Amino acid sequence: MNLGNLIKVAINALKRNKMRSFLTMLGIIIGVASVITMLAIGQGSRKSIQDQIASMGSNMLFVMPGNMRMGGVQQGSSGSQRLTVGDVNAVRTECDAVIAVSPEVRSSGQAVYGNSNWPTTIYGGGEEYLEIKSWKVVSGRNITDSEAKGSAKVCLVGRTVADELFGEGVDPTGETVRFKNIPFKIIGVLGEKGQNSFGQDQDDVLIAPYTTVQKRILAQTHIQSIQMSARSAEESALAQTQVEEVLRRTHKLREDEDNDFMIRTQEELSTTMTSVTEILTILLGAIAGISLLVGGIGIMNIMYVSVTERTREIGLRMSIGGRGVDILLQFLIESILLSVFGGLIGILLGFGASAIVEALTSWPISVMWGSVILAFAVCTVIGVFFGWYPARRASSLDPIDALRFE
Amino acid sequence: MKAIIDIKSLKKDYHVGEVTVHALRGVDLEIRQGEFVAIMGASGSGKSTMLNIIGCLDRPTEGTYLLDGVDVASMSKNESAMIRNLKIGFVFQSYNLLSRTSALENVELPLMYNPIIKARERRERAIAALEAVGLADRMGHMPNQLSGGQQQRVAIARSLVNDPVVILADEATGNLDTRTSYEIMALFQELNLKGKTIVFVTHEPDIARCMTRSVVFRDGHIIREDEISNRLYAAEMIKALPVEEE
Ligand SMILES: Nc1ncnc2c1ncn2[C@@H]1O[C@H](COP(=O)(O)OP(=O)(O)O)[C@@H](O)[C@H]1O
Ligand SMILES: [Mg+2]
Repeated sequence: MNLGNLIKVAINALKRNKMRSFLTMLGIIIGVASVITMLAIGQGSRKSIQDQIASMGSNMLFVMPGNMRMGGVQQGSSGSQRLTVGDVNAVRTECDAVIAVSPEVRSSGQAVYGNSNWPTTIYGGGEEYLEIKSWKVVSGRNITDSEAKGSAKVCLVGRTVADELFGEGVDPTGETVRFKNIPFKIIGVLGEKGQNSFGQDQDDVLIAPYTTVQKRILAQTHIQSIQMSARSAEESALAQTQVEEVLRRTHKLREDEDNDFMIRTQEELSTTMTSVTEILTILLGAIAGISLLVGGIGIMNIMYVSVTERTREIGLRMSIGGRGVDILLQFLIESILLSVFGGLIGILLGFGASAIVEALTSWPISVMWGSVILAFAVCTVIGVFFGWYPARRASSLDPIDALRFE
Repeated sequence: MKAIIDIKSLKKDYHVGEVTVHALRGVDLEIRQGEFVAIMGASGSGKSTMLNIIGCLDRPTEGTYLLDGVDVASMSKNESAMIRNLKIGFVFQSYNLLSRTSALENVELPLMYNPIIKARERRERAIAALEAVGLADRMGHMPNQLSGGQQQRVAIARSLVNDPVVILADEATGNLDTRTSYEIMALFQELNLKGKTIVFVTHEPDIARCMTRSVVFRDGHIIREDEISNRLYAAEMIKALPVEEE
């Protein structure tokens, strides 16, 4: 029998048992849809984490005082561990893989404007702070070097703070906001960043010169961390060693002493975070894959039932000239149609489910074409693989026995 | 007339576990073109075995078998399938129509396995075969919408559609009442008059007397062969039946 006729015969056989065909396909439909959705979710969460980490800064490194091995991060607990503006200057002049560096100090408190007040965090940085942290100024201007060094009472406001104190979308540039009772003139508004990977609202900030925060708010001379940008992602490891060398010297550490500071890079953060989502993706994909396998076994089961049910038909087809290969192909095509058609529906369903997850989570979910092609290929293989044994049995029946079968 | 079927010292053994069943123990049989042969005998005497071998569904253990001048006893499975497709028409006791498949499609089926015949010719020949068995008005019907006699007519049309050299029927009237049996016999006789060679297994003597020759089996041997002298005509036998009550 030629292929066209074989396909027609197979379609007719499937149509004759519509409900059963559908239920058989359901296993594949669910399997494929979940594979596609799971991989899309995995990919989406990974992408969203990468985006968020990228939004934290550009090729960023940062130094914090203390050492993990000394039991947690002990910020500024003793004089020798403190980071200073001197450390910042040493890094700036000596580390050529670092293209931007800024001190960072921060304090939490109430921001007040008129009758409105809002609890937020003020960050103190230098002129390069915005660049390192990938902040954009959408209105107004950045802090100047002289403001940074001269403890000027100026600040930039994040979108959330601006919205809460001045109203949705209002541009408060030129207004004065009080933070812990210190008046700050608003010189600019920061562009929106959204949440970071820990779920914090990154736009809930004020940014002021570090000297102002140090002297007027915290009354301290040391800084809480050093923020830096490496020249490129590739050079962030080099930058890390350079910074380590410089700080060990400025902190006067002997050969056998451990670092009294920690250097972290955005690279590291990104790799740890994405490796977590990768494991998650593999796990989800594997579970979905198992459901696809179960769907395949369902097809095999139904094909065996179908072969038994149609034993007399097989005998009849043989008696009028059907060869073994004709019978084999007839059943094989039936199972391939079941799995491929189920796969197609599953792919559509997978797209739909991914869109729903995207709408619910606002992750940038994207169905990978690779996973669609993979799902389709797997379905065809499942059709052939799980259809083969039942079809093989059908084709090896003895026509006389088959015709006599009750 | 030339011999369509030429069988010499044919034996068929079945092995069931340790036991060997001698279903045919040395049969010589020649059937010429245009004959209408009744194969008779008690149950288990080897009639079906004989018919299956004639139809290339089964292979003899020993002996020679020429079908239409070709040695078919030692063919491969695929070659046998092709012979069945081109030269044989089967009619079974239980019709063996595909369910939920129209009469026309059932009749088309054998031609589907012949790659030379295209869809159009297939359809035309199936229509002609259905017309020949008097079912021109039932082509779109499904088997469950047809009576037993009509279903057997569809099966006969299916056996005719490939224009076989011989039609083989195994108790083709076995499931039918007397009147319908005669109607089916009348159809077979009509086909035979048009020149079809038919081999028909039956154990009903009146059915056998509609044919041209009878061959009687017992325990795997042919014990009698007779030309039928005063042949009956099924069409007349129907008229002789008592009128059915309305
Ligand atoms: N497939 C088989 N396996 C074993 N024995 C068989 C098989 N087919 C037929 N026989 C035996 O062969 C003998 C002839 O059977 P069969 O040709 O069907 O008889 P009939 O059609 O005349 O009633 C019987 O004894 C039967 O039991
Ligand atoms: Mg029999």
